[in-house]
Amino acid sequence: MCPEPRENDSTRFDRLPATAEERVVEGRPTREEVLDWWDDRFGVPPATFENHTFWEHGAGKIWAFAGDVASPVAIEGLGLTFLRTRREHWKPTLEAVQRFGGAAEDCVIHVSREEAATFVAGDDQELDWDGDWGYLIVTTDIAGEPEPVGVGLYVHGELRSQVPKGRRRDL
Amino acid sequence: MDVLERYEPLIDDFDAFLAACERPLPSVVRVNTLKTTVERARAAMDEADIAYEPCEWHDGLFALPEDQPGTNWPYVLGWLHGQEEVSAVPAEVLDPQPGERVWDACAAPGSKTTQLAALMDDTGLLVATDNNLGRISALRSNAERGGVTNVAVTHEDARNHSLKPFRGPDSEEGREGAPYDRALVDVPCSCEGTIRKNPDALEDWNLDHVDGISGVQKGVLRRAVQTTREGGTVVYSTCTFAPEENEAVLDYALAEEDCELVEFDLPLDHALGITEWDGETYDESVRRAKRIYPHHNDTGGFFCAKLEVTA
Repeated sequence: MCPEPRENDSTRFDRLPATAEERVVEGRPTREEVLDWWDDRFGVPPATFENHTFWEHGAGKIWAFAGDVASPVAIEGLGLTFLRTRREHWKPTLEAVQRFGGAAEDCVIHVSREEAATFVAGDDQELDWDGDWGYLIVTTDIAGEPEPVGVGLYVHGELRSQVPKGRRRDL
Repeated sequence: MDVLERYEPLIDDFDAFLAACERPLPSVVRVNTLKTTVERARAAMDEADIAYEPCEWHDGLFALPEDQPGTNWPYVLGWLHGQEEVSAVPAEVLDPQPGERVWDACAAPGSKTTQLAALMDDTGLLVATDNNLGRISALRSNAERGGVTNVAVTHEDARNHSLKPFRGPDSEEGREGAPYDRALVDVPCSCEGTIRKNPDALEDWNLDHVDGISGVQKGVLRRAVQTTREGGTVVYSTCTFAPEENEAVLDYALAEEDCELVEFDLPLDHALGITEWDGETYDESVRRAKRIYPHHNDTGGFFCAKLEVTA
């Protein structure tokens, strides 16, 4: 067995420890912290992720994988990019929000189709919002039902689009 | 088009074949059932005024006669994936089940990978391999847009594919992962069948290239049979008409590995695999493979075979 390194190694995927007691690598979030964060911030129940394992690849970048293999594993991808950690405010990815954000109950800002188009184009906009500042899940009605579109940063009366460049579209 | 003349002895209505090869191909999208339902995708296309026509044989495929680009709401949400109609065939023939271990041996840019993930309900393990980092980037991007979480992407030559990264969580280091239940071998090929989409597809055609690439195809198919469990399924497919890249590759695998060709249903018009070409004869069972010519269903050209691993 190779000794477990105490620092993150960005060439491979390492499964998150279940709890802080099992943590070896400094600063690595735990599965418990990740589940609590989705629950506390967005009201997404932990059971949503009961069939997924979480992996760190690159400092703070967490991936969600629908299965389990031996850790670590040095490959190009393992599931879906999911969450950015190791910073004061954790940030979910657009992909995670589109896939799992339908279960969110808190910090969800529902916008009109026009406002959603502005957001998808990557543009910031002034919008009213009574809730917490910070990262929000942006939804709009598609085919008659609210659908999660991506992640916005709400500060000072403004919704700042966090849609990555490659996913922006002029609709 | 001169290259295609060599196939005149194989094709019943050769004039119709040539005429079809000259017609452009309509855009087709597949509904990504990991993120929505076919019903909601249709509603979203209606709402966005996108004209669409269902493809009869597959309820999640729609032709877009007005050739809509990817700038619309259902696309932004990852509900639609642009994919040529016949390219949806091999994943359906492979028929992966939820919870299985599946290998997509030549996966980039990921149309078939995301289709396999959807057929597996995004459960089990889907290993997607490619040997080109640039194309892996496209594969990753398509898998992300599709919301796929059961995929593991590897950068390697599929002929030397390693099962070691996929050993069980508590297994000893150095052990291999369990063999696959199914493998899709949709190999790089001379792409003759894409002539309707890429009119330049035949410009660099030469027999040396065909012979060279068939060596790679044989190696990948062998590795797929080796890494699939007894009783498991391997599907071999190309988008070319060249028997050197199709029946000849199957004939080689039948001789070298423990596998056999099996019958399968295909709800599209097609011809059977051939057993003689250019002075060579192939195992009789390669007739179980299917050749889809462009004039059969007004699609691109395609070749598909289903194998069972016997040891």
